[in-house]
Amino acid sequence: MSERKNDQFQRRNRPPSEKIIDIGFKNLAIAMASMVAVILFGILLVIFLGSIESMGRYGLRFLVTSDWNPVTDDYGAFTAIYGTIVTSVASLMIAVPLGVGTAIFITENIIPQNIRELIGIMVELLAAIPSVVLGLWAIFVMEPFIRPFLTSLNNSYSWIPFLSTEPVGPALAPAILILVVMILPIITAISRDSLNQVPAKLREAAYGIGATRWSTIFNVILPAAISGITGGVLLALGRAMGETMAVTMIIGNSNNFSLSLLAPGNTIAAMLANQFGEADGSQVSSLMFAAFILMILTLSVNIFAQWMVKRLSLKY
Amino acid sequence: MNLFYKHTSRRNLSNTILTLITGLFATLAVLPLILVILYVLIKGASQININLLTQLPEPPGDDLNSGGIGNAVIGTFVVTGIGALIAIPIGVGGGIYLAEYSRNGPFSKFIRFGTNVLSGVPSIIAGVFVYGVIVSTKVIFGSNFSGLAGGIALSILMLPTVIKTTDEGLKLVSDELRKGALGIGASKFITITRITLPAALTPIATGIVLALARAAGETAPLIFTALFSFYWAEGSEALLEPIATLSVLIYNFALEPYEAQNKLAWAASFVLVLIILTTNIISRFISKYASSK
Repeated sequence: MSERKNDQFQRRNRPPSEKIIDIGFKNLAIAMASMVAVILFGILLVIFLGSIESMGRYGLRFLVTSDWNPVTDDYGAFTAIYGTIVTSVASLMIAVPLGVGTAIFITENIIPQNIRELIGIMVELLAAIPSVVLGLWAIFVMEPFIRPFLTSLNNSYSWIPFLSTEPVGPALAPAILILVVMILPIITAISRDSLNQVPAKLREAAYGIGATRWSTIFNVILPAAISGITGGVLLALGRAMGETMAVTMIIGNSNNFSLSLLAPGNTIAAMLANQFGEADGSQVSSLMFAAFILMILTLSVNIFAQWMVKRLSLKY
Repeated sequence: MNLFYKHTSRRNLSNTILTLITGLFATLAVLPLILVILYVLIKGASQININLLTQLPEPPGDDLNSGGIGNAVIGTFVVTGIGALIAIPIGVGGGIYLAEYSRNGPFSKFIRFGTNVLSGVPSIIAGVFVYGVIVSTKVIFGSNFSGLAGGIALSILMLPTVIKTTDEGLKLVSDELRKGALGIGASKFITITRITLPAALTPIATGIVLALARAAGETAPLIFTALFSFYWAEGSEALLEPIATLSVLIYNFALEPYEAQNKLAWAASFVLVLIILTTNIISRFISKYASSK
């Protein structure tokens, strides 16, 4: 008995193999974590190196001209940059009220909990639908359906530059609508989470001093949740800028510049999807340059979003 | 002066109107999902039969009753599988570092930040990156467009999600378990692999499955890495050749002028949406069931 006890309390060193495994595992984990940085810098480096030729040849002129001619090797990405910014900003202007409104609707006690949860799940499932399927739906269902409305818009308001051309099919406007469908789930989900995190005390206090539901929402709940909502909106903006498939399928892929939202246009992502596979020579370099611009745009929006969330977050 | 609720007073009226507006917004937000699923069901499900799922797609033409999506269904699983084989070990390893080893220093802060930034990188950029590094240089056994390149592009998109879910899943494990294991003399490696990882398995697995479902529907990184193929992936070098996937098939065939191809695109959409939505719903259900236990 006492012999066994002694055996138990004897000092045992860790076998060296255990130490080696332990240290090796830690270093392996560090190496794998570093892969994120490697990939991120790798992406920047590859795209930058690929675009040097085009950068040297066109410089900043690339940003403001809209020729895209593989025969004469003249490239300018203005149409695509205009398309990227216009579609993402316009879709954001539609999706933000819709998304935040939906988030308010499913965090307030207006309708029973079950139905609210169902709406929440359905919006999340919408995010799971592949964008190529949304694009297919946009081509064959949505665009023919909305074309009469766009035509009548054009007939009545053709003096507005944004509505100045007759809709003939693929164009910026349906691309904006399909982008709304794609970024709505992000805005709704993030807004809902930040609204849910507002302490119940704040709401109770507002109700206690006689505020109505909506003055509570506008004056207390929304300001308290604004950091999360802003972050979500900016993330959605980044997503909208880089969204490729659905937009490529419905935007028309035209490099002729037109202010009108009813005319076919292009975005950087759509241009890449369309031309990169078949491009050679200086067209590859020009596409890389466009990809570099897209990368810079989305990176700055994303970094700004993260900074904004930190900056605006209120502490309770 | 009375204390009854007045429907017509300004504040009550504006309240009702705003409530109705948000209700309308919520309806509008749900509408696209219902419409898309409805159309995919109507146009896709009606065509599903055994031939469609086992035959090869035919070259563009007018023959309405020929051709299938068999190779694309298999290709989607193959390419997503390759992506998973790369992204899961790296992502789980990175997540373990962030949750178990890092002391919130500048390196781990940078990695967390980088993970967020990487998850915001447009998927087409991942395709351009893989094209530049792997396809155009022919670095993998001299093959250019290949299923392997497509899988690598998908793994870049899965990686941030896997890291984040691992990191967050491990953080949910109570510290007592960790301290208990270390206290009875287990090494850090044993603590992580035998105690904390199993305890966090459900959230991590759910996150990974959701990332896989998302990647299975990605098209942009595949169109110029995995490309497309009208044939079965077979032979010893199948992974080094272009491979068909459902998502690229939908993209290519949706833009064809022939009705036969468009019909195949709808059928492929149905299969793809079915795979993705069932994966989503099942993994949500499992995680809910596990967390309620």
